[in-house]
Amino acid sequence: MSALTQSTPGAAQSDVAPEKALRPPSYWPFVVPALVVVIAIIIFPWVFTIWMSLNEWKVGSSTTFVGLSNYLRLTSDPRFIEAVGHTLVYTILSVLLPLVLGTFAAVVFHQKFPGRGFLRGVFIMPMMATPVAIALVWTMMFHPQLGVLNYLLSLVGIPAQLWVFHPATVIPSLVLVETWQWTPLVMLIVLGGLAAIPTEPYESAQIDGASIWQVFRFITLPLIMPFLFIAGMIRMIDAVKSFDIIFAITQGGPGSASETINIYLYSVAFSYYDLGYGSAIAVVFFLLIVLLAAVMLYARQRMLWTEIASGT
Amino acid sequence: MTPRQIVGKIGLWFSVFVIVSPAILFFLWMLSLSLKFEIDNAAYPPVFFPEHVAWKNYADVLASNRFLTYFINSLIVTGSATLLALLVGVPAGYGIARMAAHKSAIVILIARITPGLSYLIPLFLMFQWLGLLGTLVPQIIIHLVVTVPIVIWIMIGYFETTPMELEEAALIDGATRWQVFRHVALPIAKPGIAVAFILAVIFSWNNFVFGIVLAGRETRTLPVAVYNMISFDQLSWGPLAAAALIVTLPVLLLTVFAQRQIVAGLTAGAVKGG
Repeated sequence: MSALTQSTPGAAQSDVAPEKALRPPSYWPFVVPALVVVIAIIIFPWVFTIWMSLNEWKVGSSTTFVGLSNYLRLTSDPRFIEAVGHTLVYTILSVLLPLVLGTFAAVVFHQKFPGRGFLRGVFIMPMMATPVAIALVWTMMFHPQLGVLNYLLSLVGIPAQLWVFHPATVIPSLVLVETWQWTPLVMLIVLGGLAAIPTEPYESAQIDGASIWQVFRFITLPLIMPFLFIAGMIRMIDAVKSFDIIFAITQGGPGSASETINIYLYSVAFSYYDLGYGSAIAVVFFLLIVLLAAVMLYARQRMLWTEIASGT
Repeated sequence: MTPRQIVGKIGLWFSVFVIVSPAILFFLWMLSLSLKFEIDNAAYPPVFFPEHVAWKNYADVLASNRFLTYFINSLIVTGSATLLALLVGVPAGYGIARMAAHKSAIVILIARITPGLSYLIPLFLMFQWLGLLGTLVPQIIIHLVVTVPIVIWIMIGYFETTPMELEEAALIDGATRWQVFRHVALPIAKPGIAVAFILAVIFSWNNFVFGIVLAGRETRTLPVAVYNMISFDQLSWGPLAAAALIVTLPVLLLTVFAQRQIVAGLTAGAVKGG
């Protein structure tokens, strides 16, 4: 995302720039093998996907060029439109909750306490663990009769829930798993931001007798904003594409209550083998992610302008 | 300590407890499920510490022929995809860093944004035409979609931070670009390569979506095998949990022992745009 804006070439590179201009191809042999691989497995599939999306293309029957009709079909496909809605709800919740909890966790892990390194290691385990294995255990925990979650709820007097087995609670339940899994990534990014904050503002705040909340709200939060934004962006991209957890726990069910675009795409392409239509969904899906990223970038720019305008 | 400091300490430890307990309790519960006989797993209220420990669950999983096959499949796919990615990705990261070709990052970015299923549709057809389905080759190739961008991305970042002076000196002494890379840049880059290796292994090992489409009965990797166990018999929780734990155990151990590298790699990737 910010690669283009953030990774400014170091001073060392600008020194060699004239020499590089004299012998430009000298580093190319290093890049060529990877270039071949990237073209074969990333660029070629993209071009081919776009071509397939313009065709009626089903496994086991001949293909015919149909122009944009696969795309037009999307606009009147209620299952697709419903899936877009599910994806947006799922994504918004799966960005906001990990952002809030991850920031809190980062502030805590920024403190010094014995065993911090080990506990941080434990904290990031959910994000590294194999998603399908995790999903399996969550499925057992969500079990309405025998699951441990309903038992825990009963201890504090909350009635048993149906969790992923009821259309109304399935998405929040899956978001719970997603949040549990990915809050650590937000924590790590924000922790990196906290490490870069100078100590002076905190010292003067302490002299002025600011409360913990005031220090966080008026010093920490503005300074970690760029990192929160990056974390939010990465979280958005991953949440939109979320597949393993949803597929392994509900397969989009009950009914189609948790069917996101990615799950629907899987059904179209690999259950119905309608590859042309599936390709059209893949293209639109990609554009949707780019659009969401652009909206976030725009919102961030607006925020910066208002800050500059209001002089804060 | 002043009262305020004491309150602060208690608050801190309470916060640590609240933050870490979901992860700890989850994995302990996973362990508990995997060590219980069905009678305990089907009990309500749930049994946390079983009277009889069901080591049998693990023995059953490990003794089944198929599980061994799937484990070897996972090793082959992850191992090949990671080594191939290092082979092409480390020199590429070096070349891109030295040419300061920052625009090439866009391709990595597109790869990062694209849903895995989008690659599957065209590549699935290609593998079908080439008659490769039914072997492990398609999965090795498609896992490169995961591993190559990770390796290139991390290596660009790493080579940008390594000093140029030694390399320039070697060039002046008449070494070729390749010799400079091989004998000067590469040895310095070992920690970066370790980070790239670890992350590539983890994300390839965990990958599920490519396997469910491309794997046949004999070519399943472990995550796919575990998924098929769920739909196969929903009710025997003990062996299922044991299988799940075995699948994810290598990754969990890596996380604990290589935490520093993982954190460095993930935050570098993240801050630079992941």
